[in-house]
This record gives sequence, C-alpha cells and structure tokens, in this order.
Amino acid sequence: MYKILKKRDLNESNVLMEIEAPRVVKKALPGQFVILRVDENGERIPLTIAGVDHETGGVRVIFQKVGYSTTLLGEKNEGDYICDFAGPLGKPTDFEDFKKVIVVGGGLGCAIAYPIAKALFDKGVEVDLVVGFKTKDLIILEDEMKEAATRLHIMTDDGSYGKKGFTTDGLDAVLAEDPNYDAVFVFGPPIMMKFIAQVTKKYGVKTIVSMNPIMIDGTGMCGGCRITVGGETKFACVDGPDFDGHLVDWDEFMRRSAMYKEQEAEAMAKHKCRMEGMS
Amino acid sequence: MAERNMSPNKTPIPEQDPQVRNKNFDEVALGYTEEMAVSEAARCLQCKNRPCVAGCPVNVQIPEFINLIANRDFAGAYKKIKETNSLPAVCGRVCPQETQCEAKCIRGIKGDSVGIGRLERFAADWAMKNLDEKAEMPKRNGHKVAVLGAGPAGLTCAGDLAMLGYDVTIFEAFHKGGGVLVYGIPEFRLPKAIVQAEIDKLGEIGVKLETNILAGKVISIPELFEEEGFDAIFIGTGAGLPMFMHIPGENYNGVFSANEYLTRTNLMKAYSEEAATPMIRFKKVAVVGGGNVAMDSARCAQRLGADTVYIVYRRSMEEMPARQEEVHHAIEEGIVFNILTNPTQIIGDDKGYVKGIECIKMELGEPDASGRRRPIPIEGSEFVLDVDAVIMALGTNPNPIISDNTPDLEVNKKGCILADEETGATSIPGVFAGGDIVTGAATVILAMGAGKVAATAIDKYIQEKK
Ligand SMILES: Cc1cc2nc3c(=O)[nH]c(=O)nc-3n(C[C@H](O)[C@H](O)[C@H](O)COP(=O)(O)OP(=O)(O)OC[C@H]3O[C@@H](n4cnc5c(N)ncnc54)[C@H](O)[C@@H]3O)c2cc1C
Ligand SMILES: Cc1cc2nc3c(=O)[nH]c(=O)nc-3n(C[C@H](O)[C@H](O)[C@H](O)COP(=O)(O)OP(=O)(O)OC[C@H]3O[C@@H](n4cnc5c(N)ncnc54)[C@H](O)[C@@H]3O)c2cc1C
Ligand code: SF4
Ligand code: SF4
Ligand code: FES
Repeated sequence: MYKILKKRDLNESNVLMEIEAPRVVKKALPGQFVILRVDENGERIPLTIAGVDHETGGVRVIFQKVGYSTTLLGEKNEGDYICDFAGPLGKPTDFEDFKKVIVVGGGLGCAIAYPIAKALFDKGVEVDLVVGFKTKDLIILEDEMKEAATRLHIMTDDGSYGKKGFTTDGLDAVLAEDPNYDAVFVFGPPIMMKFIAQVTKKYGVKTIVSMNPIMIDGTGMCGGCRITVGGETKFACVDGPDFDGHLVDWDEFMRRSAMYKEQEAEAMAKHKCRMEGMS
Repeated sequence: MAERNMSPNKTPIPEQDPQVRNKNFDEVALGYTEEMAVSEAARCLQCKNRPCVAGCPVNVQIPEFINLIANRDFAGAYKKIKETNSLPAVCGRVCPQETQCEAKCIRGIKGDSVGIGRLERFAADWAMKNLDEKAEMPKRNGHKVAVLGAGPAGLTCAGDLAMLGYDVTIFEAFHKGGGVLVYGIPEFRLPKAIVQAEIDKLGEIGVKLETNILAGKVISIPELFEEEGFDAIFIGTGAGLPMFMHIPGENYNGVFSANEYLTRTNLMKAYSEEAATPMIRFKKVAVVGGGNVAMDSARCAQRLGADTVYIVYRRSMEEMPARQEEVHHAIEEGIVFNILTNPTQIIGDDKGYVKGIECIKMELGEPDASGRRRPIPIEGSEFVLDVDAVIMALGTNPNPIISDNTPDLEVNKKGCILADEETGATSIPGVFAGGDIVTGAATVILAMGAGKVAATAIDKYIQEKK
C-alpha cells in the first residue's frame, strides 16, 4: 500500500498528489512515469512523474479527472492509501547538449512540461515555455512555471489571460522571431501535438513529443501501447514515451487512443450512479 | 492393496458441460472424487523400473504416491509428491502429461496411460481441503537471496531456499505474484485461488514478496549486492515479450497480442463486472497460432460472449503444439479450427476498427529445421474471414529489461540468458537464472525444475563462499 502524503486541488478538474514511494524517488528522472492502481479492482493507469521529494520519499503526480480511474483517485485524501504504484518506467527524456529550447504544454500537459522545463532551466539551458489553457480559470502552476523558464508565454483560447490563441499560435510567434532553437519539447493532447509538429516542421526544428497511449503493464509485455514512428512499430512504454514528433503516425495514434471510448463512458456513468446513490 | 483395476480406459474426470462452461470462467474439470481417485490409482502396475518417473522433469515419485492413494492414504500421497514438486495443484492441472510422465506409462501401450496428472491434482486438492498444517518457519542461516520474478521458476527457487534457512525476497514487476499462472493461464483452467494459496504458503515460511518492482530498472543487480546486501540472485523473469507478424493492418483497433488480451481478461479480470479495466465484447474473433496460448485466448474470447471464434493455424492438427486436452476442450466448446491457413493482412473500417482478416491456404512441404513439415502458401487461395478482433498468439521472447540494464550478463542471439544447465549459474558470479528467461517459452514444470536446480546451486555457492 502506498500512502498519499499530500493532495492539492489545482482547480476543479486537476489534482496534485504526492505519494510515498521511496524506491521510485531514488531512481526517477525527468520524462519517466509510474503506473498505479487505486484499489483491488482498479485498472493500471500511467501518470508522469512531475517531481520527487527526497526528504519525504514522495513522488509528485498531477492528473486530470477525465474518467473513472482518475476520478476515483481524485476522491482520495491525504493519509489515504492506494494499492499499487510502480516506477519509474519508460526512458528518461534525452536532453542531449541543448543550449536553447522551447517547451510547449497544453492544458494538463503543463504538469509534465513544467518539470521538464525546470530540469533544463536548472542545467543552464535557455528555455521558452509556451503554455496554453482554455480559459483563465484553468491555469495551473503559474508561479512554478515562472521559475522554470527564461521566458514564459501564456496563451488562452478565449484571451481571458495572457495572449489570445492556441499554443500553436504562441509557438509560431516565438519561432517567427527566431527559428534558431535546438529543440522543441511538446506535452499535451494528441491533436495539439500533431499540429505543433506541423509548425516546427515548417521551421525545421527538432521536435520531441511525449506519447501517452493506453497502457497496461508499462514494461513491454503486452504491446497495447504500440504506435507507429517512421513506419516502424514501437512500444511507447519501453521505447518511449518520447519520440520524434515529425515521424509519428498521428492519425493511427488518435484512433487507438479512442478504442475503449464506449466502455470508459459506461464505467464513468456507473460510478456517478454509485456516488449519487451513496449521498 | 486394493484390487488392481484392469480397465484400458482412464477414469473419466467430471467436467462442466461444454455448452455451459463456454459462457463462464469457472473451472472446466471438476476433479476426481475419492472413489474415482482410488479406482484410477488401482490401474497403476507399480512397475519396478518406474518408466513414468523418468518422464517427469522434477522426479515426482509416481508409483509411490499412486500406491498411497490406492491405499486411501491421501495425506501421505500429497506429502510424497511434495518431496520433489512444490506446486502439485498447479502441475496436476497444466503439465503436458501426454508428452511427459504419462507418455512413458506402461499402461499407455495398450489403452490409456494412468491418469497421473489427475491423481496428482486430486492429492493436492484433497490436502488443500483437509490438511490444516501451518508450515513451520525454518531456522534462519543469516544469508539473503533475491529472486527476480514471481513466476513458477522464481516461486520454486524461493520456496526451496527459504526451507534451507535463507532470508528470501522476491521482486515482482506486476502487482501480483504468479507470473503466467496469473496473467496468462485463465481461471477456468487454473483457478487463481490455488496460485494465491501457494504464494501464501511461501509467506508462512518467511519469503517476502515485493510487488511493483521492475528489477533491472528500479533496482539493478549491482545494487542488490552492494546496497541491499544480498548474497546471491536468481533471475526468473520469463519470456513475456509478444511477437507480431508484421503484416499490414496489425495496429487497427481490435488487434491484440495474446499477452494483452489474456492480461486484460485474467490478471485485470475484465470478465468481471467489478473490474475497472475495459474489454470490448467482440462478436467474431480470429486467434492466430496453435499453442496453449492460442487455445486460452480463443476460449476466453468465447466466454466473453463471441458468437464465433476461429483458430487460424498454418500447419495441420498433428503439428499443433498445444496440449491435447486443451485442443479437445476447445473443439468441444465450439471453437472453429482453420488449419493450414495463414493471415496475410488485417482489414479495417474507416474508423480504424478491425472488420476482417485475409488469409491464404497452405499445404505442407518438406520437413524444416524443427522436423515438422514446412507450410507453403497455395497461390491464389486468399479468402477473408469477417471478424471484429484478431488475437496474435505467435509466441513470446525473453523479457529484455534485466539484460539490457546489466551489461555483464551474457545472453544468446534470441535474448535468452546463458545459464549452466546443471546449476543455473550465469556469467556473473552469484547470479543464477532459470525458466523461460533461459529456455525461451517452455512449460511450468521445466521452469520449476530450473528454479529447484538453482536453489541447490545457490545454497552450495553461498556455503562455499563462507
Ligand atoms: C506515459 C503516460 C503518462 C501520462 N501522464 C499523465 C499525467 O501526468 N497526468 C494525467 O492526467 N494523465 C496522464 N496520462 C493519461 C492518463 O493515464 C489517463 O488519463 C488515465 O489513464 C485515464 O483513466 P480514466 O479511467 O480516468 O479515464 P478513461 O475514461 O479510462 O479514459 C479517458 C482517456 O484516457 C485515455 N486512457 C484510458 N486508459 C488509459 C491507460 N491505461 N493509459 C493511458 N491512457 C489511457 C483514454 O484514451 C481516454 O482518452 C498519461 C498517460 C501515459 C501513457
Ligand atoms: C497463455 C499461456 C498458457 C500456458 N499454458 C501452459 C500449460 O498449460 N502448461 C505448461 O506447462 N505451460 C504453459 N505455459 C507456459 C508456462 O506458463 C511458462 O513456461 C512458465 O510460466 C514459465 O515460468 P517462469 O517462472 O520462467 O516465467 P513467468 O511465468 O513468465 O514469470 C516471470 C515473472 O517475472 C516477472 N518479471 C518480468 N520481468 C521482470 C523484472 N524486470 N523485474 C521483476 N519481475 C519481472 C513477470 O511479471 C512474471 O511475473 C503457458 C504460457 C502462456 C503464456
Ligand atoms: S509434475 Fe507434471 S510431469 Fe511430473 S508427475 Fe506431475 S504431472 Fe507428471
Ligand atoms: S509406468 Fe504407469 S503403470 Fe507403471 S508405475 Fe508408472 S504410472 Fe504406474
Ligand atoms: S503497456 Fe504493455 S507493452 Fe507497453
């Protein structure tokens, strides 16, 4: 059993948690993830490691309550336990010897963009952090992000804060001014990553995307997480999660991610029923 | 001694009716009653030269335990089996007896061999129900051994070492121990409660099981020695890497590796209403392959509500590697066998879901390296099976995580860890290996045998080092 050391609601749908797992803390590197199960009947869900606390032995995860399992996790409180927590999984992000990079985060993707930006920034790399949210109320981690970038560019779809537009617009503006960046790191929903990759292709900038297909084991033994990159099949959990955004077959990826839509909706509906029945 | 039973036929084992069981996940074979077991045991001739024992990879004292059953000393029979086999309830159910112990049985020359597996299962089940012996905690010798992977190889090695007084910790990547016994082999063939009971017994003799630990990545082999103070390490991480065919359409929604399909169904219990892991209830399913894994996948698909399940296998019935009993059960349950057939591509609809599988007919040519006749495609014989799911049960490769992260550990071209057959010793002193990670996908009993051999060698290694 793994104890929830800390819980903070970032806004209505996003939650930050620190979960006690000293073995994971010891080995975690930026870009790696964990797989957890909330309870005995739970499914195995992957979440990116958004930071670690060496003193408490806590692993930080930030998640959005999008469906049954993340909602269930969101209902847990400080001091509660979850049943399984395995990691670190996947390859750490390769920072090569980049000097000047852009990190792009869309919505909850910022939770993952932030630790990567911070790791680079702390190494002395010049970092432009371009983040996008639907609207002002959904902005998360603003103070933290300011501390993790040379320049922070906040975009909102409706213009209620920062600049109006999508992350693609923000990125295009940065690159239009100066296309001399070593790499662009992208974290967000697949559709956003697909369009970001189109923008960077125009400028010929290396693009690293963090892929989040459906996973079960996270150790390379089921093949459920397979994606096509440069015409080859890759297992995102062991070969990734980072891949060259210009080579990913985005349409296949989006189709595969939607595979269990009906079943997921049903599970959520049942959960709501149970919760309402209880209150 | 009871009177000898000279019937040429094995005492039949009661089974759920095929048309009932193909809709539930309860165990197919219900097991012998005491009367049936005694009567089957009386078929054994108690041969002096004991040919059956030579067919058993772990040397179960077959005539002896059968004689005890014939004399109604069921507890004695169980203890006799346990002398050399730590998981009799599992082996009695899943050993390919027809190619091992029973293949050598004298009674098999004229008529059926003695039902050794069924009797072994009976003794184990009887003991589970009737014996309430708490294992005694062996006296500790102060040495620590780490076992990586909680499959049959690792569990056996851990159990033997704990009995010798070692302080054993098993590190398992999944959230549950058991290896293929829990994530692969379905409930209806091997109830998970049996596996859990065996794991609980290991707990009673002091074996610790740390789940959620991907060894090689979370803790390295040098760290286990240097930081955690282990004196020796056994690697039993199995062959869990799925193969695909690399034909067009393999990434459509509804194409699975057997590993994924079986893991969702068994380990994650997708068949139960309570489990959160989703599984689509497919209507028509093609399973590619002819081994135990293919039979298990097909029979799971049927139980999850498919109307039609096809086995697509490129050779003929004779070459099929699955256990006879599994093929027989699958046929009874209504699985449709398309033999001498090989997939050429998977066809999808405009949303990316599977809608068919194109296959080509095969004929058998000259024998190949494996001694089996090589299947050759018959040109122009392509046809399409309408299906909404395809399960690839083509076999698996050794799990590479430990060897990838341990440069000194020698492996062969296929990624199998190189280990001495007599001891399990690898290229790193103090590190031993056994089971599927060494042999490639094989059997439960061979994995257990390797775990046993390594336990003896580890004991010797540590005692000599002192
Ligand atoms: C490497 C990796 C890192 C991730 N990091 C984060 C993170 O830091 N924060 C975060 O909020 N989310 C992250 N995700 C996504 C997160 O795992 C899913 O949101 C979660 O599994 C959804 O479960 P659910 O039951 O709540 O929703 P569901 O209703 O099951 O699904 C909602 C959506 O999540 C996707 N999904 C469902 N099951 C899985 C699964 N087992 N694996 C991956 N995606 C799935 C579905 O395609 C669907 O679009 C990550 C995914 C991966 C693969
Ligand atoms: C569907 C199916 C049906 C089968 N049917 C039969 C049958 O009827 N009869 C028969 O005799 N055999 C059968 N087999 C084969 C048999 O199950 C295997 O040969 C046997 O389980 C191998 O045992 P093992 O201990 O070597 O490995 P496994 O059982 O594979 O166990 C390995 C364990 O190691 C864990 N692991 C892997 N990597 C790591 C890591 N890095 N760190 C920590 N843990 C790790 C895995 O999660 C797993 O729990 C079947 C196999 C399958 C897949
Ligand atoms: S362990 Fe397997 S091979 Fe040995 S006697 Fe039992 S069933 Fe036969
Ligand atoms: S060979 Fe058959 S008949 Fe002879 S001892 Fe063994 S089980 Fe009994
Ligand atoms: S999640 Fe199973 S192989 Fe990647």
